[in-house]
Amino acid sequence: MFKRKRSLDDFAEEIKAHLELEADELKSEGATEEEARRKARVEFGNAQAARERFYLSSRVEWLDNLVRDVRFAFRQLIKNPGFSFAAIAVLALGIGACVAIFAFVDAALIKPLPYAEPQRLVHVTERDVAAPKVNISYLDYLDWKRLNTTLSSLDVFTGWDALLSTPTGAEPVPAERVSAGFFRTLGVAPALGRDFWPGEDSLSAPNVVVITFGFWQRQFGGRDDVIGQTVKLSGVPHIVIGVLPKDFEFALGDSPEIWAAMKPDNDCEKHRDCHDLYAVGRLKDGVSVQTALANMQSIARQLENQYPDTNRDRGASVMLLSNMIVGEIRPILLLLLSGAGLLLLIACTNVSSLLLVRSESRKREMAVRGALGASRGRIARQFVTEGMVLVGGGVAAGLAFAYGAMQILSRLISKQMIARMPFLHGLGLNPHVLLFVGILALVTATVFSITPILHLLSSDIHDGLTEGGRTSAGTLWRRIGGRLVVIELATTMVLLTGAGLLSKSLYRLLHVDVGFQVDHLATLHIRLPGTGFPGDPEQVAFTRRLLNRVESLPGVRAAGVTSVSPVTCACNSDWVRIAGRPYTGNHITVNERDVSEGFFSTLRTKLLSGRYFSDAEDASKPKVVVINHTFARKYFPGEDPVGKRIGDPTLSPSSMKQIVGVVEDFKDGALDDVQEPTAYYPFNQNASSGYVLIVRTSQDEHTVLQTLTAAIHQLNLDVGIEQGTTMSDQINDSQTAYFHRSTAYLVGGFAGLALVLSAVGLYGVIAYSVSQRTREIGVRMALGAQRSSVHRMVLREAAWLAAAGIAIGAVCSLTFGRLLQGLLFGVRAWDVSTLAAVATVLGVSAFFASYIPAHRAASVNPMEALRSE
Amino acid sequence: MTTQKSADDRIALLQGTLDLLILKTLVLGPCHGQGVARSIQSQSEEVFFVDHGSLYLALQRLENKKWISAKWGLSKNNRKARFYSLTAKGREQLVEKTGEWERLTRAMGLILSGNAESSGKEA
Repeated sequence: MFKRKRSLDDFAEEIKAHLELEADELKSEGATEEEARRKARVEFGNAQAARERFYLSSRVEWLDNLVRDVRFAFRQLIKNPGFSFAAIAVLALGIGACVAIFAFVDAALIKPLPYAEPQRLVHVTERDVAAPKVNISYLDYLDWKRLNTTLSSLDVFTGWDALLSTPTGAEPVPAERVSAGFFRTLGVAPALGRDFWPGEDSLSAPNVVVITFGFWQRQFGGRDDVIGQTVKLSGVPHIVIGVLPKDFEFALGDSPEIWAAMKPDNDCEKHRDCHDLYAVGRLKDGVSVQTALANMQSIARQLENQYPDTNRDRGASVMLLSNMIVGEIRPILLLLLSGAGLLLLIACTNVSSLLLVRSESRKREMAVRGALGASRGRIARQFVTEGMVLVGGGVAAGLAFAYGAMQILSRLISKQMIARMPFLHGLGLNPHVLLFVGILALVTATVFSITPILHLLSSDIHDGLTEGGRTSAGTLWRRIGGRLVVIELATTMVLLTGAGLLSKSLYRLLHVDVGFQVDHLATLHIRLPGTGFPGDPEQVAFTRRLLNRVESLPGVRAAGVTSVSPVTCACNSDWVRIAGRPYTGNHITVNERDVSEGFFSTLRTKLLSGRYFSDAEDASKPKVVVINHTFARKYFPGEDPVGKRIGDPTLSPSSMKQIVGVVEDFKDGALDDVQEPTAYYPFNQNASSGYVLIVRTSQDEHTVLQTLTAAIHQLNLDVGIEQGTTMSDQINDSQTAYFHRSTAYLVGGFAGLALVLSAVGLYGVIAYSVSQRTREIGVRMALGAQRSSVHRMVLREAAWLAAAGIAIGAVCSLTFGRLLQGLLFGVRAWDVSTLAAVATVLGVSAFFASYIPAHRAASVNPMEALRSE
Repeated sequence: MTTQKSADDRIALLQGTLDLLILKTLVLGPCHGQGVARSIQSQSEEVFFVDHGSLYLALQRLENKKWISAKWGLSKNNRKARFYSLTAKGREQLVEKTGEWERLTRAMGLILSGNAESSGKEA
């Protein structure tokens, strides 16, 4: 159908032959040569028309027109390189930003988790009065697993700081302990070897592990005989039984490389009140999350009645696993997507005004086309084609831009963050993203086709042929263009306000008073090997030696250890009861830290009353505790807590501790956490095999960090050391700071671009308006108007637009800001100073954008303006 | 239709009749376009006037439908010309269309000649 069977030349040849044959015949009938030829041609009629009809009959007309329209559109774009470049660049910016952010949204929120039927996977935890999601204890887990009727399986997982024995010494390796059914619950089968068998997580079973693809490649060179081999973890041999698929991920673990069948062999798992596990379950077919939650809550109540000492106020929490994984990043991504969307809106508005200006200047061309017989439909089709070509260019450039932006953005994400968001590995221009691009292209193409068509319809095309078209259409365009600019300015205002609020929030966050001196602090995670340190005394003794060694290093002022680094999370809690008070069954939940004597002096915290504990206070001495100010204020209002005694909820004699001091509050939890009551126990009375070493240095923290590892390994080669960092880096790179910063930077970037685009847009409108009014201005000046008053007149027009944009923008910002509230720290959504600052910035930019055309208008030479017709 | 002065007694061809006339002309043997035009004109005693543009488009149409086939050859007086000949399918069509045409003209004749009578009856 699209291929012409017979060429036009062949057809023309046939007509020529006809004319010759006819002439021959006429000659044979007695006509002269000349007469015969003429008569034959006359007889035939319009040969050209016949050829054209033949041409059309054998082609698809619209396709033909399309090809011509596209060619013409390209010629138009090439003829106006300035316009084309501006329009395509602006479009590419808007589309690229949208697509790049959408790719993140797709990877995080749209793509399902890489497990079998992920919509049936739930994250199951306990809950208590203080927090909605807390760990489960092993014994509770066994009961939940046994008693529930809503889950087809329930399995637990917990982090394990394992030490891998290598020929060159111990190497910390991130690992996870899981119950035997864990991978079956997820619906993941190993790529090599087998999964855990039921019962392999019992105490009597041999030690078995499943390793990740990466670990297999790195440690075993990807060899098939890995199955059955032994790895020594924290001094204990484990048999490798399987290798996980390459694309396996589990966002809730700390990117573990080894998965061990969990044996309830540590002390914690023997006690119902020691919570160290998280659970993942699979809903039975047709069971909703709510049903499962109700089921778990009733089991929790049952356990509460059965074990009031340990399970008081312990509820249950059940939520979709996907919500657990992306819950935190969802609002951020949606915010960024709306930001990018607004930017695209501005870009579209901008290009629309450019198109309007151009269609205004092409009025004469359209009028000529109309006069030559082009129907309105045909002209409209030409606009549609031009819109499509423009959008095509914008989309192509935008895709390239988006691809680059995605590469850069994903590279900017720190390794630590990527570990928490493994789903971002799926980032790319996949079918979802391309579909999104298609929709964007369709929408923008529609907008850009309709804009000039509306303009065309709004004016009589024949007007264009008459005097330069400075009639009503010019005014009309100024009105439409003006409105577009108001939209642009308002949108920019919204983006700027968002960026302003987020920046302010980031500033507030990073300037939170953490309560200690942050600079010149280095931190290091220490893991003692399983062998050689059978109990607390050995751990305490080694830690003393370690601290002595570290403190003797050049450049080190002081050193201390703590179970959890400050400014991380309020994640180790303890239940306490104050001796000598009536017990109502309400225990007190406090943060719990095991710290060495030097910890406080290393951080340089402030002692409010009493004393810090001493190094000599170890297991042989009575137990002591230092509490923070919030603890004292909340539970000892109006009295001195020093000398008071606290213990566990049953006040068992072995748990009793005397409060010896109160320390001023400092940040234990994340930057945006509220201050919680905290109890600091002496490490020497509460030792463990893993802790954080904190060193106060007199010189650059980074240089000291480098010497620390070697010094500690001199003491014992099998000690695992990792995550060496400085306190300021740790705070700056913390997840809270990270999310706040990336959001603020990205929205700030969008807002900056928006500001530039809307300033250009305003400039365009005012400049156009001035060019349309040149003669009017000339007349005014000829009649005696001062240059300054012309100047003012133009600026007034711009000021009205800017004021309208800012006013509408301010109202929208308040609505938009409320959506933002959840992401803000220390600043309210209706922060007046931010709004005022943003309005000022926008107003000043608007002034500069309109100053140039105003100046040009004021310098119009009235004679020339009047003569220019 | 053409710029040619037209005699009063010449009739422009009815839509669709041209195809039938071409097929009929080609029954006598292969012929080129000019021959077909002359033949139709002379056989109709110069009543029909053939628009040549339409003729060639019709020839092309019939060729596309594979009712006729065409190839370049030499005319009697040694001119290059495109010769058309009837295909088997064309022959079938000719029989069919001729039948249709005869039924049509008969019906038209009946109505046109009996017109006064029937309307009189009704009145």
